[in-house]
Amino acid sequence: MKKNKVDKGRRRFLKFGVMGSAGLVMAVYFGTGGEKTKKAFEIWNKDSSILAPNAWISIDSTGIVTVRVNHSELGQGITTALPMIIAEELEADWSRIRFEIAPAEAVYKNPAFNSQLTAASTSVKTSWDILRKAGAAVREMLIAAAASTWNVNVSECRAEKGAVIHTTSGQRLEFGKLAGRASRLPVPKKVVLKNPDEFKIIGQPLKRLDSSSKFNGSAVFGIDVKLPGLLTATVIHPPVFNARVKLFDSDTIKNMKGIRHVLEIDNGIAVVADSFWQAKNGADTLKIEWTHNEIKDLDSEKLLKRWGELSNKEGKTIHEQGNPKEALANSSKEIKAVYELPYQAHATAEPMNCTAYIHKGICDVWAPTQNQDAAQEMAARITGLKYENINIHTPFVGGGFGRRIAVDYVAEAVQIAKMIKAPVKVIWTREEDMTNDFYRPANTNVIKAGLNEQGFPVTWSHRIVGPDHMAHMLPRLLPSFLPYWIPRSLRDLVSGIANRVLPGVIPGKKISEGASHIPYAIENINVDYVEDDPGIPLGFWRSVAFSHNTFVVESFIDEIAAAAEKDPFKLRLKLLEGKPRMQNVLKLAAEKTGWTNENTNGLSRGIAFLDFHGTILCFIAEVTVSPKGHVKVQRVICAVDCGIVINPQIVKSQISGGIVFGLTATLKSSITVRKGRIVESNFDDFPLLRIDEMPVVDVHMVKSAQPPTGIGESAVPLIAPAVTNAVFAATGKRIRRIPIDNQTLIMR
Amino acid sequence: MITLRVNDKAYKVDVDPETPLLWVLREQLGLTGTKYSCGIAECGACTVHIDGEPVLSCITTIEDVSGQDITTIEGLQGWIADSLREGWINEDVSQCGYCQPGQIMTAAALLESNPHPNDDDINNAMSGVYCRCGTYPEIRKAIHHASSVSSVSSVSWGVDHEKK
Ligand code: FES
Ligand code: FES
Repeated sequence: MKKNKVDKGRRRFLKFGVMGSAGLVMAVYFGTGGEKTKKAFEIWNKDSSILAPNAWISIDSTGIVTVRVNHSELGQGITTALPMIIAEELEADWSRIRFEIAPAEAVYKNPAFNSQLTAASTSVKTSWDILRKAGAAVREMLIAAAASTWNVNVSECRAEKGAVIHTTSGQRLEFGKLAGRASRLPVPKKVVLKNPDEFKIIGQPLKRLDSSSKFNGSAVFGIDVKLPGLLTATVIHPPVFNARVKLFDSDTIKNMKGIRHVLEIDNGIAVVADSFWQAKNGADTLKIEWTHNEIKDLDSEKLLKRWGELSNKEGKTIHEQGNPKEALANSSKEIKAVYELPYQAHATAEPMNCTAYIHKGICDVWAPTQNQDAAQEMAARITGLKYENINIHTPFVGGGFGRRIAVDYVAEAVQIAKMIKAPVKVIWTREEDMTNDFYRPANTNVIKAGLNEQGFPVTWSHRIVGPDHMAHMLPRLLPSFLPYWIPRSLRDLVSGIANRVLPGVIPGKKISEGASHIPYAIENINVDYVEDDPGIPLGFWRSVAFSHNTFVVESFIDEIAAAAEKDPFKLRLKLLEGKPRMQNVLKLAAEKTGWTNENTNGLSRGIAFLDFHGTILCFIAEVTVSPKGHVKVQRVICAVDCGIVINPQIVKSQISGGIVFGLTATLKSSITVRKGRIVESNFDDFPLLRIDEMPVVDVHMVKSAQPPTGIGESAVPLIAPAVTNAVFAATGKRIRRIPIDNQTLIMR
Repeated sequence: MITLRVNDKAYKVDVDPETPLLWVLREQLGLTGTKYSCGIAECGACTVHIDGEPVLSCITTIEDVSGQDITTIEGLQGWIADSLREGWINEDVSQCGYCQPGQIMTAAALLESNPHPNDDDINNAMSGVYCRCGTYPEIRKAIHHASSVSSVSSVSWGVDHEKK
């Protein structure tokens, strides 16, 4: 069905419920054959009393400022942080700020990826400049509108707390009163931004804008979406990797109450019913025969053995400097260690789900996703509709951690909606969620260092053996990174080629992130990679490759310190010479802990340091280890330099939240494979950290005037090595495999 | 037909009596504040009150609670609810927010039985409710905050189970 642009405008107009005439919506599209790209003024539907000169800000006649947030709210506080940046430059009244999650549109792409994607702690970093300028431009327009109302010079006016004030007379006009007049003024091309020491909103622990709806149960998550006539589906995925459906007998469940459809879809079997419980009962009862029920050699223990053997092989060089081999031969002491990391699941609190409805040539998708562009691309590919006929609605998301960068659940909802011609919500059971993840890759690491006579490392070599997550994810996502104007046929072609070519060429680079460029001054370095991919689906897991590499690097630096009988803090400080910003963070953590003080109150301390994409952190963990080998993390002291802090409370909660996420992987849970099946299936065998296991977390932020960097992931990589280094301090036992096996720590 | 009494309202529902209360609340009654996360009594996301006691609705069938007084996050009222709200907002507890209804319902039951919990009491009461986002420090502070707010008031307080 063909839809013209005005129709689309009318739908949007209804969707957002803004009063006005759809006739005002003008359309300028460019690109032929492909998809439209909208201009800022087409993004909002507005009447003449609403000021919405860019894609981010709309001010209505009552003075309510609505900020469009082009990222998903996963809990990281982005729907507060981004409005704060705008409110600062706009000189808005914070109590009048509202937010909404942006629809999928080209203008809302994350510049880090050319895709509307919430990932890699890039949201604040990439929005900083854009949103400040957007806020300042609107402020200037409001000031100009006020000046012309009063017939005075703009230089006599200033904006403050949601109003423009005429400095000499003290006259005052609220933003709402000025919006209509300002909307007829040109958008300034150049704006003056505020000086960081003039900030009034940025840097304050302002309360989150999403708080109250999350208190009373009214916040709508993907799983809560309601539609008239909505059916609910649950999907049974193959229990063994790469298995396909051979046979299924829908007759056995067809007569069960509420069952509407039993469908074979690309990813497995979908049971559609009037309600979830009926669908789940049907799914539990349904007999399915799969093409195979085991893959004999696909087994975690066997993989470790194989990777151990493969680690003797020379790998693909990822980074080399100096002459590591020669330096090792000439060093006065050589140390070597093997570290083994398991697969990990995301285990978001809200299981995968998605709602889709295709009607009258329009496909509406309610996707709790981190990736609006991939969701849109997936829906377009399945329905054959153009982007302009697809609406991606992003509800609140019950945790992402990288899992929701993939859009497999979107594909299922759209495919089922298309087959049954009715609105449908797909809800996965926890068991399906845990066994059908895109896991954090497992790997084996062999790491060596040569020390000089003074006990300082002069050479470092690190070999990573295992699969690379990027080889799995990039081919899946590539079509959604392409500009909108690229037509469908070309998109599909690129995607087809990418699927065949990329897995062969990309492995190595991303899996070694955090290992290939360590911050320490070591002259000779070699990092190489031996690829071995057993085919377990992989994805991005909060902090991605840093989550395993930092454990290896920061543990091994500690091993070097122990071998050279050096203080691990002082060794790091020395190896960071000439990097004052990093040294500063290291010193801050040590000072706040009282590192040099001998009296540790019976606690053992471990230190770890990280430069995570420009966010610099140092953690010191204080632990006790019981005679039975039980590790209790009592306190974590964190120093962080993330540039200008937008909201210190959010930074704190992201750090302590990252610590919880990382501690589950350090102390409690991992994913294992047996005969081609994921062993863990729910929180009984994949337990999470509990409140009674929570350490005290002290966060100290460095005051900075540098642009902000990312915070959402940065704590995750550091907690494991800080804790295991502390365990070494307590017991003399080096942990080279996590989660920690308490048995190995029992005192005999 | 099974009769349910939820948040002081009576409902008649026509579903299999073995259906977990969780899904009846969410799908038949549209009370989606109560969350599904594990379905096997491991995470606490689905906590509601039955006659004032915290109960995991994912493993509680509706035939077992027919006629009893069920309170969900949407219906939590009274002094404890108000002081918890203040604590939750003050400490900015929620991250993704998905576990929070279960946290709040569990905390409300704790405060009702123990208006001044210490850290150990909080650990004991709250350790069954997972938060993957890791909001535990804020939850602890918010409960202490709520407990201190409640105690300054002389008005009789408690979750309003009595109001029928
Ligand atoms: S959903 Fe009921 S305890 Fe997890
Ligand atoms: S706030 Fe996200 S699981 Fe608790």
